[in-house]
Amino acid sequence: MNNPQLDTDGQLRHLLSIEGLPKKILNQILDTAESFVGVAEREVKKVPLLRGKTVCNLFFENSTRTRTTFEIAAKRLSADVISLNVSTSSQSKGETILDTVDNLIAMHADMFVVRHAQSGAAHLIAKHVPPHIHVINAGDGRHSHPTQGLLDVFTIRKYKPELHNLRVAIVGDVLHSRVARSEIHALTTLGVPEVRVIAPKTLLPAQVEKLGVHVYHDMDEGLKDVDVIMMLRLQNERMNGAMLPSSEEYFKTYGLTPERLALAKPDAIVMHPGPMNRGVEIDSTVADGKQSVILPQVTYGIAIRMAVMAILGGGTGAAL
Amino acid sequence: MKIHIKNGQLIDPKNNINDKLDVFIAAGKVVGIGAMPEGFVATKTIDATNLTVCPGLVDLSARLREPGDEYKARLASELQAAVAGGVTSLACPPDTDPVLDEPGLVEMLKHRAKQQGLAHVYPLGAMTRQLKGAALSEMNELHTAGCVGFSQANIAVTDTQVLWRAMEYAATFGFTLFLHAEEPFLAAKGVAHDGEVATRMGLKGIPSAAEALALASILRIAQETGASVHISRLSTAEGVAMIRTAKAQGLKVSCDVSANHLLLTEHDIAYFDANCHLKPPLRTQRDKAELSAGLKDGTIDAICSDHTPVDDDAKLAPFAEAEIGATGLELLLPLTLKWAAQEKVSLSHAIERITKASANILGVAAGNLSPNSNADLCIFDANEYWKVSPKTLKSQGKNTPFTGLELAGKVKFTLVNGQVVYHD
Repeated sequence: MNNPQLDTDGQLRHLLSIEGLPKKILNQILDTAESFVGVAEREVKKVPLLRGKTVCNLFFENSTRTRTTFEIAAKRLSADVISLNVSTSSQSKGETILDTVDNLIAMHADMFVVRHAQSGAAHLIAKHVPPHIHVINAGDGRHSHPTQGLLDVFTIRKYKPELHNLRVAIVGDVLHSRVARSEIHALTTLGVPEVRVIAPKTLLPAQVEKLGVHVYHDMDEGLKDVDVIMMLRLQNERMNGAMLPSSEEYFKTYGLTPERLALAKPDAIVMHPGPMNRGVEIDSTVADGKQSVILPQVTYGIAIRMAVMAILGGGTGAAL
Repeated sequence: MKIHIKNGQLIDPKNNINDKLDVFIAAGKVVGIGAMPEGFVATKTIDATNLTVCPGLVDLSARLREPGDEYKARLASELQAAVAGGVTSLACPPDTDPVLDEPGLVEMLKHRAKQQGLAHVYPLGAMTRQLKGAALSEMNELHTAGCVGFSQANIAVTDTQVLWRAMEYAATFGFTLFLHAEEPFLAAKGVAHDGEVATRMGLKGIPSAAEALALASILRIAQETGASVHISRLSTAEGVAMIRTAKAQGLKVSCDVSANHLLLTEHDIAYFDANCHLKPPLRTQRDKAELSAGLKDGTIDAICSDHTPVDDDAKLAPFAEAEIGATGLELLLPLTLKWAAQEKVSLSHAIERITKASANILGVAAGNLSPNSNADLCIFDANEYWKVSPKTLKSQGKNTPFTGLELAGKVKFTLVNGQVVYHD
């Protein structure tokens, strides 16, 4: 079956998942993002690459941060941006996803940025839209959040350029995390030799080792000598149920404290996709400490999203 | 009408026939095999040169969607699909709306099906009222109305006391219970096999243990109560092993596998193909191999289509929200042939699994061409390929993982009660 993300020439048509994308395309996105990092520091923070194009943020699931960064990215590329929180409008009136999409196509949207609570929603839309329209997955269920995965490896590359020499640990709720899946695929595709996941068995999906990761249940053991620690958000609804007994116990066993951070390499960096639960998965001193690169992640997120939109929109370097 | 079917390769597993023999039909019955009965004058001759002639197929599970879900499919469309697929008898599960727990509903369904004059419909009654798993249905009344067994469709009975009582009660009267083995708590909200593919796709999994646990309860209670139990749509290697042991212990247990599970695995979900959203979920390569081995050695008795027509819109949703099911009546024969070819199983052995074996499980007079049996026949070209597509399917449900595939096995004629009800 054809990879729905690539066109017949092997060029990026939609960005739905990191899995299935060749290293060459990941590097193309990362390198393009590099050239956009400087744009935000200019006095006029705009390039005209998507002038006249309409980008539609279609959020079937609430999000502030991701939607905002996509909005900023599109505006810096001079696109017109419409943001719809569909969860609070049509869907509650019973309209199907594809009906909503059809209506927006009729209004001449050129690009959709889609977030949905169900895995596969972005694929469904990508399969449905005509060839000139592009779809970017901004998070579907537990499946994928490709721009987050890309901005994370972009951040790592900034601080630790020798990817082929790194040991990376991903800590927390891998089971429910689209971010973790995207990070794992991005890291393994780009040649990071050792990716670890650290979590209790209740928060790991079946056969996770088949994704090419090493599994640790003991936080101290898993953090030993790593170069990068990627923390995952633990949602409150996972607490006090059959997944985990309490946030206190979780913090004691899997929270990132200064003592635990000391087990990693001295120059290890700490990442988090946000929003953070201070005192649940991460100690404030670590989150705000000198090894934390959590805020740079947000900044680079805009450059990555600009790069993806620019590549899909058909233009990159020339207009800079 | 007197029909002479000539020059065909006759396969009738019940009577151990696999030979070039003619079939003679009069007054809706088979009146002769091989030699023409004395004084027989055919009013119609069917030339079956290069074709296979076999008993009409018997399907253990086909949803017709009436009453209640006519927007998904109708009796007329699905019974036409049945005969287009060579299926002349079928059992339908009770999960209609309202559910088949009232004798009046069963009588109406039987009556309306009979009016179509196509395939014979054998309803499975609800084992518990409203399929709620609490109170037993009126099994005797339902049996009198035409139910050939009792089922919970895909809805599990969580209360083992109720399951025990249902088996005791059914065993009292010799009724067979048709049960789908899936432990509902482990399977809750699951949409795919709990393995590598579900992990990659971020889909909630249903572990193999959900089948094993349910099966353990069912088999244990069947042993205690002496009930006759048929396990519908087995999906795991472990399940096959458990049934094998149960049969060796002498339990009154039979089971089937769906044609989908015999040929597909979790990997066929590919990029969220909602047509692969099935119950039970498609499992691993190893499970598929064991299902196949179990079918070969007789642990698994029969193949069913698990025909579940769904309207197109219900599949146009993210995988987990897409409605469960696939169309199957018209694919039962070609998929069975595909399995037989892949596994080097003889044609007659394969045909047995969709005629004699399934008829035995239902306890109905079908699935064979013995003298004086109902003249229900399927005449097909085992070597003709056809492409599965919405256009070629008669069923109102066009949803199947096999869309676009070329399959061998084209039904040319279907006869029910000695009448040609389908002709390609």
